[in-house]
Amino acid sequence: MRLHRLFLGCAAALALCSASSHAQLTVEITGAGANRLPVAIADFRGERFVTQALASVVRADLERSGLFRLIDAAGPLADNATPPFDDLKERGADAVAGGSVSTVADGRYETRVRLSDVPKQAALGSAAYLHTGAQLRATAHRIADFIYEKLTGEPGVFSTRIAYVVKSTGRYELKIADADGNNDQAALASREPIISPAWSPDGGKLAYVSFEAKKPVVYVHDLASGRRHVAANFKGSNSAPAWSPTGKQLAVVLSKDGSSQLYVVNADGSGVTRIASSSGIDTEPRWSPDGQFIYFTSDRGGSPQIYRIATSSAGAGAERVTFEGSYNVTPRPSPDGKSLAFIARNGGRFQLALMDLATKQTQILTDSAKDESPSFAPNGRMILYATEIGGRGVLAAVSSDGRVKQKLSVQAADVREPAWGPLVR
Amino acid sequence: MRARLSRNTPGRPKYFLAPWGQNVAKRRFRGGIIALSALTLLLAACGSQPPAPEQNPAGVESRTPGAVKVDTTPVAPVKLETFDPSSIAALKDPRSPLSKRSVYFDYDSYVVKDEFQALLTAHGKFLSANPTMKMLIQGNADERGSREYNLALGQKRADAVKKALALLGTREDQLESVSLGEEKPACTDASDECWAKNRRGDMLYSGEF
Repeated sequence: MRLHRLFLGCAAALALCSASSHAQLTVEITGAGANRLPVAIADFRGERFVTQALASVVRADLERSGLFRLIDAAGPLADNATPPFDDLKERGADAVAGGSVSTVADGRYETRVRLSDVPKQAALGSAAYLHTGAQLRATAHRIADFIYEKLTGEPGVFSTRIAYVVKSTGRYELKIADADGNNDQAALASREPIISPAWSPDGGKLAYVSFEAKKPVVYVHDLASGRRHVAANFKGSNSAPAWSPTGKQLAVVLSKDGSSQLYVVNADGSGVTRIASSSGIDTEPRWSPDGQFIYFTSDRGGSPQIYRIATSSAGAGAERVTFEGSYNVTPRPSPDGKSLAFIARNGGRFQLALMDLATKQTQILTDSAKDESPSFAPNGRMILYATEIGGRGVLAAVSSDGRVKQKLSVQAADVREPAWGPLVR
Repeated sequence: MRARLSRNTPGRPKYFLAPWGQNVAKRRFRGGIIALSALTLLLAACGSQPPAPEQNPAGVESRTPGAVKVDTTPVAPVKLETFDPSSIAALKDPRSPLSKRSVYFDYDSYVVKDEFQALLTAHGKFLSANPTMKMLIQGNADERGSREYNLALGQKRADAVKKALALLGTREDQLESVSLGEEKPACTDASDECWAKNRRGDMLYSGEF
């Protein structure tokens, strides 16, 4: 039994490290929030292999969010032990988490965690998880989500996944990875470009545009089975898929009737309906989270600007949303529907901008020059986007207040077209 | 026409091989001009690239090595076809405007510039003369800005080329316009010169896509 446990511990440790042996995303924190909450994540009680690995992932998650400052807890702390509050107060911690990992009868692990308020010397909550050695990272992300939600009041997004495209010489790969860049897997590899991945609301499918048929065609790909079907392949170009909030329909851009125009199709590709019309370009549709509007980019006014149409009244006019500047594209409504991320051109630089939809006030969030494809974290706190550093495509993330900044890159390859997946419950 | 060519040719190859002017009889010279003019007309009738102006001996001479054989052999039409601008071979013949396949656009624009009208006219005539041929027009954009917007921009450029060809009488079912957006750059430097090469519509014929 002892040997068996040792083996499981090793397997878990290997699972933690194995992903780093190939081209995975590495995350670098390049900016942090002004008022970071000081928190201590103690080593958990249990097998050292397992507990250390677990705690290090929890710490890295919290640190990466830019909202927390990690305080050294000076020693392990079990979930059922009283934390050394006085010592922790002296170290400056406002909160402390401790836990324990034990092996249950079938060889799986049970991990328990408790979070406490240091100044009040009171428990804030506790949680327990049953998991295998291979699920160690996933468990750590769940613990980080638990701590994050208890301390900020918002759901954490450490257990979510991201999709992106890696371009190396003559090869395009559509990848799915954990939000911290680990466990990357290729959903599709092709010699031809892949663009515009979009997650279904349940996180089970990706819609994307692939050029493998020598022209843009929209596919819907079921991630668990690896099966996919064509959602739109009409004469001309088929592109820019966006899921309806229900996951039953896709907004797509087709040029079958001349020029790029907006249509809605059922997710299985049936029932094509045109939803807007202009003599110019209409593209990049995105539903508002409540399903009431579809935001899109159009040059109907002479330059590319963002508009929206009400989904309830087909045929009603489009309402212009952006007015400043001569190039505003790629609208992405925030998960709460209150703001809109988009790309604005400012003096030849393409930058990520965020508009408060009530006041129309717009803030430029980045100082880079080639920003593209913004994608909100499902809690709305961070925006992931593609940009270029030193001539190479990288992903970056910025908090919606512009303070917290991260860079996600893959060595010797171009990374682009990020899409942040939904919350998993 | 062939009868005339053959009546003039037997036994008189020297006539064509002799240097122009000097010892050539006027009557024979006129005969040669008629034969060559017929050839020129034949070429012109096929919508050829501008042959040398008629009655210009220097121009005729520079293009006649083929014509010598035309006059000496009865298989002249075969030779003539190698110059046929509506033949499939003309698509790859560097002498033919049909070998040029790209229409270039200004930044953020999908207006076909006047300088490409002659090229589009040549392709329009080719498509009308070859109704079984199909053309795929691929629109492209430079890398700046949104990928999806650039895909739409490339589509507009391909559509503009398609529309120009349709106006020249090309049947719609011979044409398909698609976009490759910024995904297939002809040039990969981040420079104005390079970007200009990437803002284009490419015309591909059956068998090339």
